[in-house]
Amino acid sequence: MLRRTVLSAVGAAAFTMALGGAAVAQETLKIGLILPMTGPFASNGRQIETAAKLYMQQHGDTVAGKKIELIVKDDASVADVAKRIAQELIVKDKIVVMAGFGNTPLALAPAPLATQAKVPAVVMAAATSSVTDASPFIVRSGFTQPQVNVPMAEWAAQNGIKKVVTLVSDYGPGIDAEKAFSGTFTTKGGQVENLRVPLANPDFSPFLQKVADAKPDALFAFVPSGVGAQFMKQFVERGLDKSGIRLIGPGDVTDDELLNSIGDVAIGTITTMHYSAAHDSPENKLFVEGFKKAANGLRPNFMAVGGYDGMHLIYEGLKKTNGAGGQALLDAMKGMSWVSPRGPVAIDPETRDPIQNVYVRKVERVNGELYNVEFATIPNVKDPTKATKSN
Amino acid sequence: MKSHTEDDVRRVLTRRGRWGFSEIAFWLVAVATLVFMPDRHLILNEIAIIALFALSLDLILGYAGIVSLGHAAFFGLGAYVAGILAQQGIGNPLIGLAAAALAAAILGLATSFLVLRGSDLTKLMVALGVALILGEVANRMAWLTGGADGLQGVNVSPLLGLFEFDMFGTTAYAYSLTVLFVLFVLARRVMASPYGLSLRSIRDNPLRARAIGIPVNRRLVVIYTLAAAYAGSAGALLAQTIQFVSLDVLAFHRSADVMLVLVIGGAGYLYGGIIGAVVFKILQDYLSDLTPQYWLFWIGLILVLLVLMDRERMVSKARTLWKRTANRLTHRAEPLATTRTAREI
Amino acid sequence: MLTILFDGVAYGMLLFVLACGLAVTLGLMNFVNLAHGAFAMAGGYVTAVLMNRYGIPFLLTLPFAFLVPSLTGLVLERTLYKRLYTRSHLDQVLFSIGLVFMAIAAIDYSMGSQQQLIQLPTWLLGRADVLGIQIGRYRSFIIAVCGILVVVLQFILTKTRFGSRLRAAVDDRRVACGLGINVSMIFAVTFAVGSGLAGLGGALGAEILGLDPTFPLKFMIYFLIVATVGGTTSITGPFLASLLLGIADVAGKYYVPSFGAFVIYTLMIVVLVLRPQGLFARAR
Repeated sequence: MLRRTVLSAVGAAAFTMALGGAAVAQETLKIGLILPMTGPFASNGRQIETAAKLYMQQHGDTVAGKKIELIVKDDASVADVAKRIAQELIVKDKIVVMAGFGNTPLALAPAPLATQAKVPAVVMAAATSSVTDASPFIVRSGFTQPQVNVPMAEWAAQNGIKKVVTLVSDYGPGIDAEKAFSGTFTTKGGQVENLRVPLANPDFSPFLQKVADAKPDALFAFVPSGVGAQFMKQFVERGLDKSGIRLIGPGDVTDDELLNSIGDVAIGTITTMHYSAAHDSPENKLFVEGFKKAANGLRPNFMAVGGYDGMHLIYEGLKKTNGAGGQALLDAMKGMSWVSPRGPVAIDPETRDPIQNVYVRKVERVNGELYNVEFATIPNVKDPTKATKSN
Repeated sequence: MKSHTEDDVRRVLTRRGRWGFSEIAFWLVAVATLVFMPDRHLILNEIAIIALFALSLDLILGYAGIVSLGHAAFFGLGAYVAGILAQQGIGNPLIGLAAAALAAAILGLATSFLVLRGSDLTKLMVALGVALILGEVANRMAWLTGGADGLQGVNVSPLLGLFEFDMFGTTAYAYSLTVLFVLFVLARRVMASPYGLSLRSIRDNPLRARAIGIPVNRRLVVIYTLAAAYAGSAGALLAQTIQFVSLDVLAFHRSADVMLVLVIGGAGYLYGGIIGAVVFKILQDYLSDLTPQYWLFWIGLILVLLVLMDRERMVSKARTLWKRTANRLTHRAEPLATTRTAREI
Repeated sequence: MLTILFDGVAYGMLLFVLACGLAVTLGLMNFVNLAHGAFAMAGGYVTAVLMNRYGIPFLLTLPFAFLVPSLTGLVLERTLYKRLYTRSHLDQVLFSIGLVFMAIAAIDYSMGSQQQLIQLPTWLLGRADVLGIQIGRYRSFIIAVCGILVVVLQFILTKTRFGSRLRAAVDDRRVACGLGINVSMIFAVTFAVGSGLAGLGGALGAEILGLDPTFPLKFMIYFLIVATVGGTTSITGPFLASLLLGIADVAGKYYVPSFGAFVIYTLMIVVLVLRPQGLFARAR
């Protein structure tokens, strides 16, 4: 009994202390960047971290007269660690905003904290559509899987592709991609067969053999970037390209970071995505050059642009609120629009997802290097899943 | 003659069961952290959970010589049971805890017949296989577990109807610490009982144990089931205090981490898991703050150095000191319990 | 159908080259070397660096992919591993996991965390049509290389003096010592060769399995499965086990894709429950 009283007393004391701390005027604004810096998704974490630091380097580290401090934390791709780190950043470091979140569970786990503590969370990478439903304080600076895959299905239907086999990694974004693509493609009169591959899968050969047997017009593939390169090579190794099956999909399989080392086998692959390092604009030139310099020649990919734009969102939001966080910052970020390296972007005030152009691209050799060259634009795409829901 | 032996045995057993000064101090320090380290409760909560998980592994590894690289199966099952119960509206944490322990115990009982065969390596791999299959099952049953996205909407009611699980992790830590303490006391009692002693004899020499009439298999099945229940409870604590469950509760790295934690702290004296958890987590936290990218290197280096400097000798030295302090009044040095695992099997 | 069999064989062969060193160290030295995958990764990175930075052709890099890890293995064996043979398995696990962590972070630091890709020569790309079966050229190459390795290893093990000493040491180390066999030397050589083979496997597998800093952890489970299912007393055991697992895995994923991930683990459990010493172990 005594213990219980002590406990509640302690809890109360801690609470008042923390509140007192928050009330003191902050001279530095802390941003907590929670990323997978080790483990299987580490390369995504590095891309985002480099891009975020690049943004700070290009735009200075003071906003509204206050110094910005970026705290990078490694969640090792483990959801409960991500949540604990987010919680510590909120109660101990008193961050104004948290950002990062390498994949869906890593974003969903800390989501309730954002609501509870009223700390906005900028999701830079996780691309499952439902992420922003998890908390009204989540704003997304990256993209959603349906957003880039519905245009793919439309493009395929318009370009004489009748029968498609989809092959996706068996986890949230993969299933999202599969549903988005198949749904749209069948309503346009196409025929779809679905295959799912375990996430930890070293060898694609059995699945690709199934694809070869089905003899579709095109193979729609979504695998996490990194594995994409391996997948692509095995696709060609199996001679699927020669048997007339076209490879289409979201830009993960032709990830800019790896595209060059995938080699000629990638040429001709059609993908839809919101960002290509070859995007022709002054903003993107500045971004790509800066990134390459910071990352030892490595090319930025769509993860990096999510990190870069996430920082932009935070900077501009803080400018509007004059350094205040919480609900005010969230409101400031909603509806914001700007020209990013990927093209024009706006944050949908209702869903807090980005509204952006989706580009249809083809892998080509430009100046000796492989790039996703954009050849068609579908302007101002909203997240289709939520768009149909609200109608 | 007979009564003399009996007396001897009884005396040894009671002495084993008695609480030493340093043990009491240890737990007092743990309680003190509740009051004096209010902004560290979140990591302390995680430490307490890993400590309980490692304690569970210690029961089978340190006391029965069963090496397992698949202990996450029970941890993960417990986490999912507690998480799903809370998600479905049965938010009482204690009910969730009990259900998780029960479910894990049943799984432990069922799989013990698979696991308790063959050499060390075979046991280790079968246990690992069980955990991996369970991980796949959880992935497949996305309608129940949330699949790879993780289980959302875990709403745990206030503890005992009074204490809300707060942002600072104070309730969480107090809850986890209490569960750890209660289960620790239970384990301590079990291990000091004749049953616990019979387990040790099995660990040290199963052939001889069988020869003197100990029902080896039945003893092992019981301890495996108990350890599974412990691991399930640890999983439940994680699910309830984090209020989120993802597939990695069943992942290989969980099993491997807990093994590391236990081996760092030393197996076979119950405190090993707890000490290991404290050391490992604090190191990890500190190093990953210093260098979020490359902390793994320094952890690796520390592990290598630890082994090269002969951790066992250091631990047994430390334990001698510990025992000496603990037994100051009795003036009788107790024979050291060996930490050697069942290599002889 | 035959194509699936072929793919399975190629995958199994690759697993064998990667894992046979582990099986031998386990059987011979009773040493749990979880760092085995780190040597495989080293081999893969040697090939990737030589090819991508120095433009050396794929085939010429393979000897280096063998030599560098085997020399590293030899040095580590003589300096560090040697001291741990008498220690408990748990110490060995702790030590070798520590090495794995260090290797992962070191590779990450020096090479970056992204996938490393290599460009195969054109004559290894694509597939050929042999008697109506579609056969991937690179996979046939893997089968050929691994097949030769198996024959050579088997020959060394059964027909040479070194092989008979090795087998004697595996069967009973103490008696072998007593007979004047320099067991310590045999250990060192075997360890080096095992590490080298892993490196070669890593180089050959880079194209199929991928190569990034988490390689040793990602594939540790597979290596262990091969070693336990095959038994650790011979080389034929792991070999047949690798083939079995390779074929079962590929065929399982082809015929029942929704249960594909279960096949390999279920197979392992069934085998180990029926034959706890491994599928092909001699009764001792």
